Amino acid sequence: MSKPKLAVWKFASCDGCQLSLLDAEDELLAVAGAIEIANFPEASREVAPGPYQLSLVEGSITTPHDAARIQQVRAESEVLVTIGACATAGGIQALRNWADVAEFTSAVYANPAFIDTLATSTAIADHVPVDFELRGCPISKHQLLEVVNAFLYGRRPDIPGYSVCIECKRRGTTCAMVADGTPCLGPVTQAGCGAICPAYHRGCYGCFGPSESANLESLISEWQRLEVDKPTLVRALRTYNGYAPEYRAASEKLEASL
Amino acid sequence: MTERTIDVNYLARVEGEGSLYVKLDGDQITKLEFGIFEPPRFFEAFLRGRHFTEVPDITSRICGICPIGYQTSSINAMEDACGVTVSPEIEALRRLIYCGEWIESHALHLFLLHAPDFLGYESAIHMAKDLPEEVEMGLRLKKIGNAIVQVVGGREIHPINKRVGGFYRAPTRRELETLRPDLEWGLDAALRTANLVTGFNFPDLERDYLFVAMRHPDEYPMARGRVVSSAGLDISAAEYDSHFHEEHVERSNALHSVTGDGTPYHVGPMARFNLNHEQLTPHAAAAATRAGLTAPVINPFRSIIVRAIEIILSFEESLRIIDEYRPPQPPAIDVPPRAGTGFGISEAPRGLLYHRYRIDQAGIIEDAKIVPPTSQNQPTIEADLFDLISANLALSDEDLTWQCEQAIRNYDPCISCATHFLDLRIDRD
Repeated sequence: MSKPKLAVWKFASCDGCQLSLLDAEDELLAVAGAIEIANFPEASREVAPGPYQLSLVEGSITTPHDAARIQQVRAESEVLVTIGACATAGGIQALRNWADVAEFTSAVYANPAFIDTLATSTAIADHVPVDFELRGCPISKHQLLEVVNAFLYGRRPDIPGYSVCIECKRRGTTCAMVADGTPCLGPVTQAGCGAICPAYHRGCYGCFGPSESANLESLISEWQRLEVDKPTLVRALRTYNGYAPEYRAASEKLEASL
Repeated sequence: MTERTIDVNYLARVEGEGSLYVKLDGDQITKLEFGIFEPPRFFEAFLRGRHFTEVPDITSRICGICPIGYQTSSINAMEDACGVTVSPEIEALRRLIYCGEWIESHALHLFLLHAPDFLGYESAIHMAKDLPEEVEMGLRLKKIGNAIVQVVGGREIHPINKRVGGFYRAPTRRELETLRPDLEWGLDAALRTANLVTGFNFPDLERDYLFVAMRHPDEYPMARGRVVSSAGLDISAAEYDSHFHEEHVERSNALHSVTGDGTPYHVGPMARFNLNHEQLTPHAAAAATRAGLTAPVINPFRSIIVRAIEIILSFEESLRIIDEYRPPQPPAIDVPPRAGTGFGISEAPRGLLYHRYRIDQAGIIEDAKIVPPTSQNQPTIEADLFDLISANLALSDEDLTWQCEQAIRNYDPCISCATHFLDLRIDRD
């Protein structure tokens, strides 16, 4: 039986999430044994033609060329999994969605006419059907391996949707917000990182995006009780997952009340 | 007259999206374009209006391979703007986490991206079928680099523990001691790596480069120092803009950096070695001598040996810092904002990384400028390719294309960084 073919695709991103596959140092050669790494330009010159049984897509859609290319990727992929905050929510570059892109272009480039870009940075699922979204900025390599394994065995990936708070409790970390008064996005952020920030004495800053049934209203009132002003709250919600629907709605409501 | 083209639409084994297009008319190169089609993300634009304390986390997202570089240069700039200096203990911890990034990034490039070129494999995964021990050694070295970043920074990619003023939490002695057995193995493996790459065949290419790197009186440069060049330049970070500038060319979403008079220059491991070899640690210096490396190294293909030497140095420095470690108390100093402009530099694995920010009295960013190493190397990479192709016209298109790709990978170009970078086409009409 021939091995399933894996392809890794990059759109607007920092390369960090596909690097997670190369960062699985103990498992990389085993993965390469179970799957044909057919198209992964960051790792290999050799490109085998599609169709691919599994495509991992990193990055967001920010150019007309990429908006067309993702359609081609979808057409060549049996299962398409998006990896990381850029691909699942538009990434940090989605901050342009609240700004004037023409002005952004002229701020960075001397000859804005050379730059072909869209006014928005959007998630892959806004353009094509996606079979599974793996969150994180960056993704967890353990969760990535779980997704690849689940695909190999034809089952649903076991990726919890609960909040970072659960991971803090499991890790035995004292609550940063309750005990120390440190503003923390943990209660509204999906688990997966291992609750690193509170263990390093800082509040969660939302790398994994909104958790299931995130209560933004309650979180915002708690931050305000800690005397965090509205502009700071808006900025805190507008980082790597700022354009995820729950965070976006909350930051836009706050901004309207400024 | 025969015309040829070399055309690589999507360059492999580099970080990000780039291309090369070369058009030849007989033995004349009529067009050579090292293009970057990585989409722009506009970091310098959306940093405006953010608070200065948020910048290390945001700029780390420019690059998943060298986030410590971005965090370090931006933190240096903010501390410069606010007029603070940190304790020697904080500086030591900053050097330790930077050593982790150099090991992780250099091992990734050396074993997984560049060695396959010298040994004739499409990838390290192909290479692993014949040379499993070497590939496994490379993966373990990379893993140890990542472990340093993880222990000090919280996680490998986009670490969370660095802040303006220091660290959120100082790792305990015990946490750092857990690294020691791996660091000792790693130092020995890095010495074997230097022997391995010294035995590679290096294509003939020597060029008269202008090298630019940092220099510090006490150490091989990483997180602090001044900017020096092989032409005698010696300036502070604040003077960078008066000596170097960026140009915007149509084929590239990355800006090209040149000196004031338009001369291309070379940053990265070779530049650092050539300008700082007297600061090498003992094992690194001895390994350089065994490898026959004497400054100036001017064959860019030999940069792979320099990377191995820098891996050795990073292990020696990591062990030294852990031996001498005293947790900084406090882990971070207070940095009250003040209106002004700050300049920050550091030596990312790929070379000099410059940041400049203007902030207001509340710490809100008014203006940002970031010059990554790959932007600075891009004109030099094109000049290397021009000489390489001119000297190797007898090669088949396939061999010439591969050699061009290998020459580009000499610089470990990080296209994700430079876009603010590659696809290879050689056209022989």
